[in-house]
Amino acid sequence: MIRRFLIPSQFLGLSAKLLPWLSSFAALLIAIGLYLALFVVPPDYQQGDTVRIMYVHVPSAWMALNVYLFLAVASAVSLVWRQPLADIAAQAAAPIGAAFTFVCLVSGSLWGRPMWGTWWVWDARLTSVLVLFFLYLGYIALVDAFDDPSRGARAASVLAVVGVINLPIIKFSVDWWNTLHQPASVLRLGAPTIYLSMLIPLLVMAVGFTLLFAALLLLRMRTLLFERRARALRLHSPAAAAARRELVGAPSEVLLRGASKGDR
Amino acid sequence: MSRKAQRLVFLLLGMAALGGATALVLSALGGSLVFFYTPSQLERHPAAAAERVRIGGLVEEKSVKRDGTSVTFRITDGKTDIKVSYRGVLPDLFREGQGVVAEGRLLPNGSFHATQILAKHNATYMPRWVAKELAKHDKNLESAAAGPPPNHFHLALRP
Repeated sequence: MIRRFLIPSQFLGLSAKLLPWLSSFAALLIAIGLYLALFVVPPDYQQGDTVRIMYVHVPSAWMALNVYLFLAVASAVSLVWRQPLADIAAQAAAPIGAAFTFVCLVSGSLWGRPMWGTWWVWDARLTSVLVLFFLYLGYIALVDAFDDPSRGARAASVLAVVGVINLPIIKFSVDWWNTLHQPASVLRLGAPTIYLSMLIPLLVMAVGFTLLFAALLLLRMRTLLFERRARALRLHSPAAAAARRELVGAPSEVLLRGASKGDR
Repeated sequence: MSRKAQRLVFLLLGMAALGGATALVLSALGGSLVFFYTPSQLERHPAAAAERVRIGGLVEEKSVKRDGTSVTFRITDGKTDIKVSYRGVLPDLFREGQGVVAEGRLLPNGSFHATQILAKHNATYMPRWVAKELAKHDKNLESAAAGPPPNHFHLALRP
């Protein structure tokens, strides 16, 4: 099963079957989660209605971390085993992870303003998440920074693997240092400190966001595969071969003409 | 060793070295990465008069006194407390018994003049009726034991 998934042509067939299911379940769960978060969840005893921002902020923060972990593992697999599909998975995941991180930062800022009294502070949690956002951007930029796509992919993979150090720092920043950001409420030792009727919609949103990531990932991987195929076809078509022959012949002529012009 | 195994070993060694280096850096940075100091920490290592610092703790119960847009209150960490004066808009979450971070300067008379007040959230979320039930339960306990009220809203304050 996994081996079959790793062969690009069969991946295309399988992902085409999976995509409609993943995207419809993602849409369904996010719709249910948003409805619960906006209309059913009771106002918080301290924060009132502002607490509803949590239902977008926290799942996107979880996804920002999880997608980075996925990106790093896929990059490691591509570095060690030179598995082409792993490389495509990593490149497909990066912009999605960057988008989740961006949503997390913006929603957090909108939440911080009324509750903390500030849009932004340079505490350990906020700063380390901003670094995560820059790691995503760095990965995306590095992939395209080389003329040879395989060199770009390798350099970006090294960055992704090195950046994994940031994940435990983000997770435990609120425990290791005094931060303005509150410590974990759900993923902690001991029971969650969120009341059950407020926790369940959060988990629905988290599963919905995970499915959304899976659907977007498959979609982007298919696009990248098609793009590579189109490029390969263009390079190997008779027309491309003829164009190359002409190009190879061209420079000497151009040089000669240039030289003779210069002489005069 | 095959080339794949070589690459894997190289990757793992690289990650181990990087992890070790990061752990050393973080443990060396340790205390300087804190966002705020507790009143006890400030008492032990008083800041220079001109130095801007942040202090964090709980707003002491019944210490808030408002006068127009000015407000004074005491920040406590359970051991030491410090008087804070501030003029301006307070965040929504600012209230007695809740966590707060004040940024400003220590005055010569030992009190603290804040230029910014940030509220700290305690990571507890519950509907209002649950909070009311809990408060009722606490009152019952209090009258039974006649001790100080239990503090549900403690911050993770570490020296």
